[in-house]
Amino acid sequence: MYDKTLAELSSGLRSGAFSAVELAEHFLARTERFHTQLNCLISVSPELAMARAADADRQRAEGDSRPLLGIPLMHKDIFCTEGVKTSCGSKMLDNFVAPYESTVSRKLKEAGTVMLGKTNMDEFAMGSSNETSYYGPVRNPWDTDCVPGGSSGGSAAAVAARLAPAATGTDTGGSIRQPASLCNVTGLKPTYGRVSRYGMIAFASSLDQAGPMAATAEDCALLLAAMAGFDPADSTSLDRPVPDYQSTLTNSIKGLKIGLPKSFFSTGLNSAIAQVIETALSEYRQAGAELVEVDLPHMHLSVPVYYVVAPAECSSNLSRYDGVRYGHRADSPKDLEDLFKRSRDEGFGAEVKRRVMIGTYALSAGYYDAYYRKAQQIRRLISEDFRQAFEKVDVIMGPTSPTTAFKIGEKTDDPVSMYLSDIYTIAVNLAGLPGISIPAGMLNGLPVGLQIIGNYFDEGRLLNAAHQYQLLTDWHKKIPEAFC
Amino acid sequence: MSLSSDEVRKVAHLARLGIEESAISEYAEQLSRILELVEQMQAVDTEGVEPMAHPQDISQRLRDDEVTETDQRDRFQEGAPQVESGLYLVPKVIE
Repeated sequence: MYDKTLAELSSGLRSGAFSAVELAEHFLARTERFHTQLNCLISVSPELAMARAADADRQRAEGDSRPLLGIPLMHKDIFCTEGVKTSCGSKMLDNFVAPYESTVSRKLKEAGTVMLGKTNMDEFAMGSSNETSYYGPVRNPWDTDCVPGGSSGGSAAAVAARLAPAATGTDTGGSIRQPASLCNVTGLKPTYGRVSRYGMIAFASSLDQAGPMAATAEDCALLLAAMAGFDPADSTSLDRPVPDYQSTLTNSIKGLKIGLPKSFFSTGLNSAIAQVIETALSEYRQAGAELVEVDLPHMHLSVPVYYVVAPAECSSNLSRYDGVRYGHRADSPKDLEDLFKRSRDEGFGAEVKRRVMIGTYALSAGYYDAYYRKAQQIRRLISEDFRQAFEKVDVIMGPTSPTTAFKIGEKTDDPVSMYLSDIYTIAVNLAGLPGISIPAGMLNGLPVGLQIIGNYFDEGRLLNAAHQYQLLTDWHKKIPEAFC
Repeated sequence: MSLSSDEVRKVAHLARLGIEESAISEYAEQLSRILELVEQMQAVDTEGVEPMAHPQDISQRLRDDEVTETDQRDRFQEGAPQVESGLYLVPKVIE
């Protein structure tokens, strides 16, 4: 059953080929067998899962036939879940059990999904390799010496190895799309404001967005339908109707205008990856799409801008961890300042501290205009580049990541080289646009992802373009042999 | 742009991070490299460009001024490191 897509499992449940309890047992057994090898989970919750699966079967017997009823999934450990620890990959929250449920996990629960556990992640979602987690690095199922990408690396690895048919992720600078690319899964980062951030532990509030990760675009469409929508509890949630993503999957892509940014294909792009992307683009051309060159002249500034905006917002958001109300507290503090300083020094890892310090510096007296204000101005220029491009084209395509999965430890000594893992994904967050990464090929046994970027609230078109590609290719069906 | 060890100590203090003295120089070196990366921004002319606070330029939504939260103090304090009679305990602040 593990090699079936979420959509196939959904129809299996509907036809009675298997029950939600059988499905949960199946994936829990796989999780039990493989998860320590990948280190992709922080918590496994089998009792809760079995109880929910039994509920789902009962509901189905009473006539409920919603598509996600009884579907097992995992949540990134950044989503607050009542009764199951929410660590955010940090020692700071190693003892934290949230007193409330995030909107994303609540909506998916109400849609009938069965949570199997919480996935490992970079600490507070800060990282591109899953090596900054307090719980140790996640391993890539395609080569366990390699990273799965990050920060939603646990979710990507779990789906790639089919320990669950789907998982949630969050994406602040590429944290859904880059691990999806490195692990051969489909991962969608929606428009900023499309999915509620309530109960999703904040990293950089103007960039953070939750999204689905699964084998196919069709699966992501089913998940997004349940996740998206207005939430009064999130002040940046946007009140827009949620379209029927399922019904537009089958639209023809004949005449689809695809923009190719020069800057995505020039300097720095590994020629073998460029080749894979060219091949994917020629599939689109053969299917009747039109390829057009577009210009995003400020693209090269997205990484510098991000490393001001994200750390500034994180330094503010993470000031709440003070050792007083919840989370880690240092032993026998001598005074209040010592309590704050040692609790935070002990509770946070090195990458979190670097970003908190960069952000504090950028926001400190005398530097605000040169850093934060300047970054927010260039952010508008980047966003304006996209606006102009979308006057000419329907979607933009290019690589998701400049490399395939790299070796564990390869970039940990050099934060800046790690940051460059996200050169193709960060601008999308700065502009608040939706983007998806889909499996598009293999290089030396390691997956390569194609990124598709859309205009605001155009998730339906992204899913449609991705689905049409997946009808023509079978990269998304590949599962690493060791997990078959 | 490079940060001195003293500047790192100052920033760490502002952020209430008790960085070990032995780690200061490594942070200074790494933070300087990050600031070098960020420095590329200074080459761009942003005269007259309105800073972008929200991708859709919307402003904060207001809600009616009504009580919507219930008192759940006991529940919220279950996860607190140290509480007494409903109060969070910290080391003595006022002598």
